[in-house]
Amino acid sequence: MSQTFTLDGKTIPFADGQTIIQAAADAGVFIPHLCYHPEFKPHGSCKLCTVKVNGRHTASCTMRAAAGMVVESDTEEINAERRALTQMLFVEGNHFCPSCEKSGNCQLQATAYHLGMMSPHYDHFFPNRAVDASHPEVLLDFNRCILCSLCVRASRDVDGKNVFALSGRGIQTHLIVNAKSGQLGDTDFTLADKAAHVCPVGVILKKRQGFAVPIGERKYDQAPISETVGEGQ
Amino acid sequence: MTYQLETAQHPETLRRVAIDPVSRVEGHGKVTILLDDQNKVHQVRLHIVEFRGFEKFIQGRPYWEVPVMVQRLCGICPVSHHLAASKALDVIVGAKKLTATAEKMRRLMHYGQMLQSHALHFFHLCSPDLLFGFDSDVTQRNIVGVAAAHPETAKRGVLLRKFGQEVIRVTAGKRVHGTGSVPGGVNKALTVAERDALLKDVYHIVQWSRDAVHLIQKVHTQDPGLYNSFGIFRSNFMSLVGHNGDLDFYHGTLRARDDNGKILFDGVDYQQYDKYIEEEVRPWSYMKFPFFKSIGKEHGWYKVGPLARVQNCNQISTPFAEHERKEFVDYAGGSPLHAPLAYHWTRMIEMLHAAEVIKELLHDDDLLGGELMVEGERQMDGVGVIEAPRGTLFHHYRVDENDLITMANLIVSTTNNNQAMNEAIRHVARRYLHGREVTEGLLNHIEVAIRAFDPCLSCATHALGKMPLEVELVDPEGQVVHALSRS
Ligand code: SF4
Ligand code: FES
Repeated sequence: MSQTFTLDGKTIPFADGQTIIQAAADAGVFIPHLCYHPEFKPHGSCKLCTVKVNGRHTASCTMRAAAGMVVESDTEEINAERRALTQMLFVEGNHFCPSCEKSGNCQLQATAYHLGMMSPHYDHFFPNRAVDASHPEVLLDFNRCILCSLCVRASRDVDGKNVFALSGRGIQTHLIVNAKSGQLGDTDFTLADKAAHVCPVGVILKKRQGFAVPIGERKYDQAPISETVGEGQ
Repeated sequence: MTYQLETAQHPETLRRVAIDPVSRVEGHGKVTILLDDQNKVHQVRLHIVEFRGFEKFIQGRPYWEVPVMVQRLCGICPVSHHLAASKALDVIVGAKKLTATAEKMRRLMHYGQMLQSHALHFFHLCSPDLLFGFDSDVTQRNIVGVAAAHPETAKRGVLLRKFGQEVIRVTAGKRVHGTGSVPGGVNKALTVAERDALLKDVYHIVQWSRDAVHLIQKVHTQDPGLYNSFGIFRSNFMSLVGHNGDLDFYHGTLRARDDNGKILFDGVDYQQYDKYIEEEVRPWSYMKFPFFKSIGKEHGWYKVGPLARVQNCNQISTPFAEHERKEFVDYAGGSPLHAPLAYHWTRMIEMLHAAEVIKELLHDDDLLGGELMVEGERQMDGVGVIEAPRGTLFHHYRVDENDLITMANLIVSTTNNNQAMNEAIRHVARRYLHGREVTEGLLNHIEVAIRAFDPCLSCATHALGKMPLEVELVDPEGQVVHALSRS
């Protein structure tokens, strides 16, 4: 690993084929991200991981590191853009942190906190989305889906099942369940599936778990997200 | 830290999202008085805008979310909703008997809530009227005025409340809108450090609560002409009573008495509440009017809250509060006291009891650990009832086989007291306003009567000690001749 690039002035070594975010994580440097997960192929959709490479915006989860690159990440300008993206995610769905059981374990909330997001800023869409409670062990609350596709990738690539898919385009994009009825209860999905454990927000939830973990013991009560570099959900 | 994201920094924003359609629950009080040319009073109505949308809002949501979500209903006593919902969902998850740790943690949380709410109500909200007089100088008649004239009283009020909030924080996880109680139990026990921090203060909390009872007792007994008659009306009353008829805020069976104190029903399992209580809708009010079915709409209404509870129980299990209860009962002279201002006296007796129970619980090692949750045979229908600071609170849910709520019915304390509050202000209007030019001091008399019941109005304004109350005087043609707004 003799090759290096600089990230906010810090020298970061990398191996051939590594993306910027992977190399940064290996060096213990946090770059905000939502659709990226170290165990899956990058998707490059949320744009939270955007950095500037030699002055140009690019997604650090898809961009391969190259020797001598000059990368900016933790700057006021880029963080302001990330904040705006996060705010848009908040208003597009129904993210009611105070009564959400994922609160304290939610990557979107932790990211908003990391970025110092103080308000959603934009008008709420208040989409009308039903929950899918048809599965005996798992609840789907589509209100909180940020379309990161991690469950799609996990189900397809790890579980070999293809339970989830993104359907529609642009603002109409939404998560669907691959069953005739469209109901999770009519698939072979189980709680043991990888896809049951990758959702960064509160969509795919183990039923009857709720608020069993007290405040103070939840993931991001222990350490802010910037200190969880390299961990998956 | 992350959880502060939910509270301190973001609430104006994220929280608003969650509660927007619900926030109006916390309501707005409005009194309308119809007067004729001679200022004679013809009609008096207290309207509380109660937003029942919540019951719709949670339909289709998973049941385990409800105890946390339902707290948005009230900014002053969210713990009451948290626990009433949990109790209903205990039934749903088949948790017939909670573990000792769970039951005691919940009890501790609830009694902490009782202490902080009663302290807030008495010291911040009512002590200005009681210490200075109902039509005293309006610029002095507030908590700042109390702090200037009676600094020690004001300081104790603040510290009593703070102690209660601390009890809530260590049991629920947060001072406001915690998550401690879950269907079938609780999610945490107390640490030794948390317990010791509370134990250090609890003894003077008990002592200050005793002093508070004596303060209000003195104020009351010094002016019986006013305190025993202001806003008076007779009515039935109801509350939960615990084991052996003990005063119990957390659990028990329903007992109701008529205005003479004769038992109407007793030992009623609250799962059957809808066999005993019905709610009447009246066209002029958003808030329903509950009544005992056996007596009927006209005479079957009742009051709830401290005055009902202290006179409904057989005894209080803690020594100091029991002593004060006996004093009160002696003063009442063998039959129930119905004077609304006696709510304050009984409220302070309850605060003392809460302080004593907290002290006892803190010496109980069950709080420090053990099994937290139980479950059993799943049910589809469950009712949870609790004695909230303002009175009996009902939560009733139905849950389908996929775990989603299909029906919710809530009867909050303020609804239970709806008719009673209307009666009280009618009495006050007749007695004080009738035929007189209306002044701020006179209108404050109306507020004093409402405040005695401590209704759940808007939390924010409540906390500032100002009821969001509008009084409109309307002439026979329906023209507003005088409007006064305190919001
Ligand atoms: S359900 Fe969760 S994991 Fe799947 S796309 Fe939505 S946010 Fe991502
Ligand atoms: S994390 Fe890179 S685009 Fe989502």
